[in-house]
Amino acid sequence: MTQDSAVVAPPQDVSRYLNPLRDERDRRLPRIAGPSVLVMFGVTGDLARKKLMPAVYDLANRGLLPPGFAFVGFARRDWVDQDFAQVVGEAVREHARTPYREEVWQQLLAGIRFVQGEFTDDEAFDRLKTTLEDLDRTQGTGGNHAFYLSVPPKFFEVVIDQLKKHGLAEQSDTSWKRVVIEKPFGHDLTSAQQLERVVSSAFQENQVFRIDHYLGKETVQNLLALRFANTMFEPLWNNNYLSHVQITMAEDIGIGGRAGYYDGVGAARDVIQNHLLQLFALTAMEEPTGMGADALRAEKEKVLEATSATRRFDQHTARGIYDGGWSGGELVKGYLEEDGIPADSTTETYAAIRVDVHNRRWAGVPFYLRTGKRMPTRVTEIALQFKQLPFVPFNAHDTSTLGANALVLRIQPEEGVTLRFGAKVPGTQMEVRDVNMDFEYGSSFTESSPEAYERLILDVLLGDPPLFPRSTEVEESWRILDPVLDYWAGLKTQPESYRPGTWGPKSAREMLARDGVAWRRP
Amino acid sequence: MTIEMKDTTAARVTSALLGHHHELGNAGSGMVHTFIVATDRDDYWEAYNAALAANREHPSRILIVIRDPEAPDGLDASIHTETEARGDVIVLTMRGRTVEHPGSVLRPLLVADLPVVVWWPNEAPEDLLTDRIGKLANRRITDALGAVNPTQAIIDRAYYHSAGDTDLAWTRTTTWRALLAAALDQVRQPVTAATVEAATDNAPASLLAAWLGLRLGVEVTVIQTAGPGITAARLQTPAGVVEIVRTGLEDTVYRMPGQPERKVALRRRNVDELITEELRRMDDDVVLAEVLAEMVRQNGQCALDLSRRGATTV
Repeated sequence: MTQDSAVVAPPQDVSRYLNPLRDERDRRLPRIAGPSVLVMFGVTGDLARKKLMPAVYDLANRGLLPPGFAFVGFARRDWVDQDFAQVVGEAVREHARTPYREEVWQQLLAGIRFVQGEFTDDEAFDRLKTTLEDLDRTQGTGGNHAFYLSVPPKFFEVVIDQLKKHGLAEQSDTSWKRVVIEKPFGHDLTSAQQLERVVSSAFQENQVFRIDHYLGKETVQNLLALRFANTMFEPLWNNNYLSHVQITMAEDIGIGGRAGYYDGVGAARDVIQNHLLQLFALTAMEEPTGMGADALRAEKEKVLEATSATRRFDQHTARGIYDGGWSGGELVKGYLEEDGIPADSTTETYAAIRVDVHNRRWAGVPFYLRTGKRMPTRVTEIALQFKQLPFVPFNAHDTSTLGANALVLRIQPEEGVTLRFGAKVPGTQMEVRDVNMDFEYGSSFTESSPEAYERLILDVLLGDPPLFPRSTEVEESWRILDPVLDYWAGLKTQPESYRPGTWGPKSAREMLARDGVAWRRP
Repeated sequence: MTIEMKDTTAARVTSALLGHHHELGNAGSGMVHTFIVATDRDDYWEAYNAALAANREHPSRILIVIRDPEAPDGLDASIHTETEARGDVIVLTMRGRTVEHPGSVLRPLLVADLPVVVWWPNEAPEDLLTDRIGKLANRRITDALGAVNPTQAIIDRAYYHSAGDTDLAWTRTTTWRALLAAALDQVRQPVTAATVEAATDNAPASLLAAWLGLRLGVEVTVIQTAGPGITAARLQTPAGVVEIVRTGLEDTVYRMPGQPERKVALRRRNVDELITEELRRMDDDVVLAEVLAEMVRQNGQCALDLSRRGATTV
């Protein structure tokens, strides 16, 4: 009897269903994604093998993937399911962070498929559709499909058009479709808007996940916790106490095998437009009203709208290109000698810009954003530099080596916080010098806590997008950066060269010297 | 190297620890809590290794307490300096009457102002909050499965629960609870009956059953099997049965109404992982508190408990 009455229950009751086993106070229960298929376009790339495939396995190993999960590869390669499974298997064994366990692998293997074809091939997309329908039936994936576009941006349009054309982007009340695209989101404002038109023709904003793989959720949450879960930092977080802010992302490697992608793009588009401007927005934004997606995005958008790159660009920007030479004890090629780079390339491998925020909190506090390849070390950090002491009640010799205080939020390689302040040198002399105090919360890379990519994939499958940038943020970032890019392009000269293993070209130092400050050595 | 100190005092241990920090050139900073492991047994290595493993995620000062009441009065200490721990590791052997005054040894060694967590990997005192070590701590972790009589241990936990207490038997149910909750997310149907199958006297199974009963408002049948641990959980819904059945040590089958049968990875987690999960939270586990209260309700009121807790609770 009970059976009958429930079967005829009206559908609106189902949609209002509250799971009695869920309780927001029960913080142990991990959120396990619902049944779904992850379809990957571009399965042969480094990122796919080293990050995505292992992350899928690690999620399964942690029990965060649903029973009823399938993983489909789409590429030109002449492969069948087994070939693809073998590639995934090798990637997993080589790069997964959690121990290899046969039963987890077997669980994944049951849902691995491969669809062979060109992006322009209608038949291939028909086959993809059949494969997905088949998986929904045999693996119980419930019509929920996430399309991960791990392909060069020039293919975004054709793939998205094909998805739309073959009805693969259509959601229903009971199933979702999502698309994941990775930076770069265009190469300037116009192209970003064009990309946005293509994406929005097939998908609504809440179906689109823009991934910046440099910016893990853990980082963002750490930053938010430091700023908004503490009393002592926020009162200092303004132009009363800060002189300027430096945001750095340095890499010690060259462009490696990415010549095809990198030349014509350059450091500013590759890193400043997305990663550094996101870090900037999180550092400079006002307190959000909550940690929900909309509250957070609203604050980021507001601060980006209030921001512009500082004119004149000949004085407040710098760009560079690495020479050949010795870097970290090895002889390395210069950018122009790298394979596949034309000798007359004007692409920069180092970029630094100054931005100013036009609001009460930040007026008069410049933000310096820099990124470069072949720097001395791999490091990402946000350094809040305090003003010099207004008055020093010591004699000049006592404090001759004392600099300004700094609060540094370290992001790579280990997340943590450093506070630089003055302390007395032990001894009978009154001598004050700078010291560092470090905090590091365990390692964010312990086996027991999910890595950035795992969290990204899990968020996509859960439909939990708070920390992914929305198209407005992407476009605002281009609006800030475009004038600088136009100025550099208009110079029609090659960027100033710098020795590998150094902190960039001379013009970068001069750019800060003009403002009476200097770059930190991270 | 290990700094061995026989017949010593807490003050001497503190000063040796400071000396050690000084030699390393760090101030022993960056620790997030003090982690006391209270054991009576010589075979504390499993607990020791679990504490070190958890330390990778939560840098802390680890104080391993070994109680030896039969030995002559005194305190022995060893500071383990060559571990991979990002913090301090000190083994304290309390002998004779020192066992009755553990606070006198531990209090000087707690990291200033930060939470104190105590873990009893084996037998735990009946009432953790009034225990001599337990009262130093903000968080008290027990393991019913490490006790000689796990069922009695979990009943003690239920009667004497106070804010900040948790038991690893509850931690062991997390993966099962997660799968069951995920299943209901999909089925979206009311549950009319539930069954838990487990080895005889399995403490996690009792907790899982009490949780299901409490949340679903249905009778939960517990069926005894050969184990190990929990072997199956079933939820009856109008659409059919949701079923998670462990078919082997590493194989688990997951069945949902209207969906093909699937395998899931449901591994029994080791103590390292359980302790790491516990240390993520310093606040009260209110869900566990409710589940334990439900167990007390099912087992009838305990006169002993009410008389001990004084008139305010009556």
